[in-house]
Amino acid sequence: MMAYIIRRVFYAIPILIGVNILTFLLFFVVNSPDDMARMNLGMKRVTPEAIEHWKQERGYHLPLLYNASAPGADKLTETIFFQKSVKLFRFDFGSSDSGRDIGYDISQRMWPSLAIAIPVLLVGLLVNISYALLIAFFRATYIDFWSVVLCVVMMSISGLFYIIGGQYLVSKLLHLVPISGYDTGFNSIKFLILPAIIGVIGGIGSGTRWYRTLFLEEINKDYVRTARAKGLSETRVLFRHVLKNALIPILTGVVVVLPLLFMGSLITESFFGIPGLGSYTIDAINSQDFAIVRSMVFLGSVLYILGLLLTDISYTLVDPRVRLS
Amino acid sequence: MNQAQLTKTMWWLTLLLFVWLIGGCSDSGWNNPYPRSDLARNILYSSFSERPKHLDPVRSYSANEYEFIAQIYEPLFQYHFLKRPYELVPLSAERVPVARFYDTKGNPLPEQADSGEIAISEYEISIKQGMLYQPHPALARDNSGNYRYHQLGQQQIDSSNTLADFPLTGTREVTAEDFIYQIKRLAFPKLSSPIAGIMADYIIGFKQFGEQLDALYERMQQQGTNNKYIDLRPYAIEGVQLLDRYRFRIRLKGKYPQFVYWLAMPFFAPMPWEAEAFYAQPGLEKRNISLNWYPLGSGPFMLEENNPNLRMVLSANPNFHGETYPAEGEPGDREQGLLEDAGKRLPLIERAFFSLETESIPYWSKFLQGYYDTSGIASDSFDQAVQFSAQGELSLTDSMVEKGIRLNTAVTSSVFYLGFNMLDPVVGGAAESARLLRLAISIAMDYEEYISIFNNGRGVAAQGPIPPGIFGSRSGVEGVNRYVYELQGEKIQRKGIEQARELLKQAGYPEGRDLKTGKALILYYDTTSSGPDGKARLNWMRKQFAKLGIQLVIRASDYNRFQEKMRDGTGQIFMWGWNADYPDPENFLFLLYGPNGKVEHGGENAANYSNAEFDKLFVQMKNMDNSAQRQLIIDRMVEIVRREAPWAWGFFPQAFSLSHAWYGNVKPNLMANNTLKYKSLDAGLREQKRAQWNPPVVWPLLLLVAVLIVSAVPAVRLYRRRERSAAR
Repeated sequence: MMAYIIRRVFYAIPILIGVNILTFLLFFVVNSPDDMARMNLGMKRVTPEAIEHWKQERGYHLPLLYNASAPGADKLTETIFFQKSVKLFRFDFGSSDSGRDIGYDISQRMWPSLAIAIPVLLVGLLVNISYALLIAFFRATYIDFWSVVLCVVMMSISGLFYIIGGQYLVSKLLHLVPISGYDTGFNSIKFLILPAIIGVIGGIGSGTRWYRTLFLEEINKDYVRTARAKGLSETRVLFRHVLKNALIPILTGVVVVLPLLFMGSLITESFFGIPGLGSYTIDAINSQDFAIVRSMVFLGSVLYILGLLLTDISYTLVDPRVRLS
Repeated sequence: MNQAQLTKTMWWLTLLLFVWLIGGCSDSGWNNPYPRSDLARNILYSSFSERPKHLDPVRSYSANEYEFIAQIYEPLFQYHFLKRPYELVPLSAERVPVARFYDTKGNPLPEQADSGEIAISEYEISIKQGMLYQPHPALARDNSGNYRYHQLGQQQIDSSNTLADFPLTGTREVTAEDFIYQIKRLAFPKLSSPIAGIMADYIIGFKQFGEQLDALYERMQQQGTNNKYIDLRPYAIEGVQLLDRYRFRIRLKGKYPQFVYWLAMPFFAPMPWEAEAFYAQPGLEKRNISLNWYPLGSGPFMLEENNPNLRMVLSANPNFHGETYPAEGEPGDREQGLLEDAGKRLPLIERAFFSLETESIPYWSKFLQGYYDTSGIASDSFDQAVQFSAQGELSLTDSMVEKGIRLNTAVTSSVFYLGFNMLDPVVGGAAESARLLRLAISIAMDYEEYISIFNNGRGVAAQGPIPPGIFGSRSGVEGVNRYVYELQGEKIQRKGIEQARELLKQAGYPEGRDLKTGKALILYYDTTSSGPDGKARLNWMRKQFAKLGIQLVIRASDYNRFQEKMRDGTGQIFMWGWNADYPDPENFLFLLYGPNGKVEHGGENAANYSNAEFDKLFVQMKNMDNSAQRQLIIDRMVEIVRREAPWAWGFFPQAFSLSHAWYGNVKPNLMANNTLKYKSLDAGLREQKRAQWNPPVVWPLLLLVAVLIVSAVPAVRLYRRRERSAAR
């Protein structure tokens, strides 16, 4: 398995280089270093000298991808792309265009993101699996029918609606929790309740339907019939056999998103004023801070690749028939 | 522990958690976003929507940055909080200086000397004695008088992430040398001050000083010196001279009366050299500990917490020199209670708590719940807050009045205008046909309608480039732009569309068709507008041009491309705005001054307008003190641009703000940014109102639980029946 993992790590390198090039090109098609300087220096009374100084200080005075005037290998290394991208592979994110240490900011802002993402994931799993089991138990009854209808309706509603509706109902009308904001330590709990509930509710429709499908597929298998023939109760069949076997796709589906929990939710964090990595990325895009955008895209790619690798590994753990080679 | 015991324990833990959560919120309002310990304290609660980029006074220039640094740094002068028209008064200076003038040979000239004769203006400034800086680690000293944190070891730097990691603080007196130090920082190109360019035009030796420092810095970089700190004290700017501990002198080229307004901005606040020496230590900037992040000022507040991803907290500076609330205002201020705090020591609040609020819905809801003391009015909540009577009078809605909320309005010192690129062959240039075309469009652009539809009535249609309240602006009939408006009795009315069509015909485009080619006239509007709001605006724009039979093509682009077009002069018609730096007509008329053209000179004259007479008058006017003669010159300049119409005059936006009954000393002051120190609060009333407005409503939750239980009953029955039934 170790050889497989090492091979996957090597595969990741060209992917990350590709992602980097793509991010770089997309960013600089829309923004030039001059635009970035102007955005950073403000809109009033910005002189060409100040722009030159800003670019010089941050290394944006170099050509983008190819430095024709440089000798030898410097043609490729004395470029913005090389200077800014190579360090990323050492996980040295450097400084943002406004001078902040990106690594430190990420280490600070990942906690609020996790503070929402982990409860949403765990509670969401619990709720969705329970509800899906319930539907599976009452399959082909009015409960099954109306639950599926409800799930489809919930899936069809925009996430933004849940956020705005939740804020209106729970915070504005019922005055139960703050409508937005964040605090540190235990004080953060009252700010996390509403986004976490909304996150869970927003995921019920799609999650439950997916798990219901998995359970129904298992329920129709031979071993379930055998279990029933042995005289086991329906509850026992569901929890002891069906759930256990359906957990394989559930688990692998969860493992793939685990690393991405760090990245936060763009909309939720913005609406609830939570200083996580999602809002960090949005702010960077708005302020044309290429250093942060590049770092976050790189980090997201690394985490995604890691998630896929963990998924493969988790297959071998939950299903002994699978071998990585 | 068996399964039953485990389940029981889990139930108890859940119950305890619920009780703890409820208990934790019980007496401060469940939805109160602030700590319980802050209840009934004299703390102001406000918000900010955009993270400030720079808190270094050498760089800060935007309103969202001034919201903080203007409370922390104290420049030489400030605008009187209550008096109108705006009046400069001393802040850290003893008095507002009167300029002394000299000719080219250095001979003194009288105050009324012709500006052409004046070669040098001299300002001698005395600062107040006994002013102290806020407590700060950069000023902390040990028993032998050495600075505690100026020689940090690598280990100490590596273990520090915020300024609070340096627990010892110190202070010292503000001296004249600190003001000079800051002027030197303005000149240092590495610090990229936005006003370095304009100051280089006026302060003697400023430019050369910058070049000298630049060369020095370049040398240091080439030598690979780790510490990039340059102690600016030994270097001198020719035109800035230290006279003694509390006095210094600034010498300018020629006459520049607007210079004193710049001295009222944080650019000219004192900066102790120790701040730069401390923050420049290698490794601190990488730890995000820099002057750009942690200010060091002598003002009424200091930055207690800087977390712009969440909140910014200002607290009263214990070393503040003891300014008092003004005892005089303008007529009506006493009646409005604005002089009740006269003579009281400032600041009147102990802390100000600014939360990051990027979305308008939670922001507005928190204001209505009493968790923000003051608020602007977003378009989507405008109808909820403000109503217009049948006579067009403005008032608060009943629900606002019921809550005791007050409305404050003021016409801002800003202008939004529709600009014509004067370099464009169709709409630009001095040709009569182009002038008539511009005038026809100016008439057709119904800005009264625009303000009503898109600004909820918050604005005044402009008659010229100078907003009301600024010297040079004329009000009433005197101030009417006769090229676009006409008088109908006492009423000022935009000219009818027929007159615009007639002008268009005279321009050679009858009914929007080019007489020479017979083709329809197509014009191009460059904009950054997008989204549903933008679409409505653009449709409105098209409609205005369609009234003349002109086809308007919208060229939408992002802001970067839009700016590029403006710089290259490839735009034709565009919307632009300007926010005044200081209350002087020069700061608006320079937007039409030829040598300020954007394409040729990279200036702020986006229309690239150039008129020899206007330019000559501008040079004459800009150095004059406010007087009847200056007014006459301005009148002539305004007349020229009204006639030539390089702008369709657009509108002056009106700022609306709401404040709760417990929030005192609210008077819009659009020039001063340091007004937080005057604000007062009745924290008891606020607490009472918050409790009244935010009672937790629990019954829907209980109802929901009941519904779930009831709906579970048939399912449980079904489950039992199935369990009892024989296998199928």
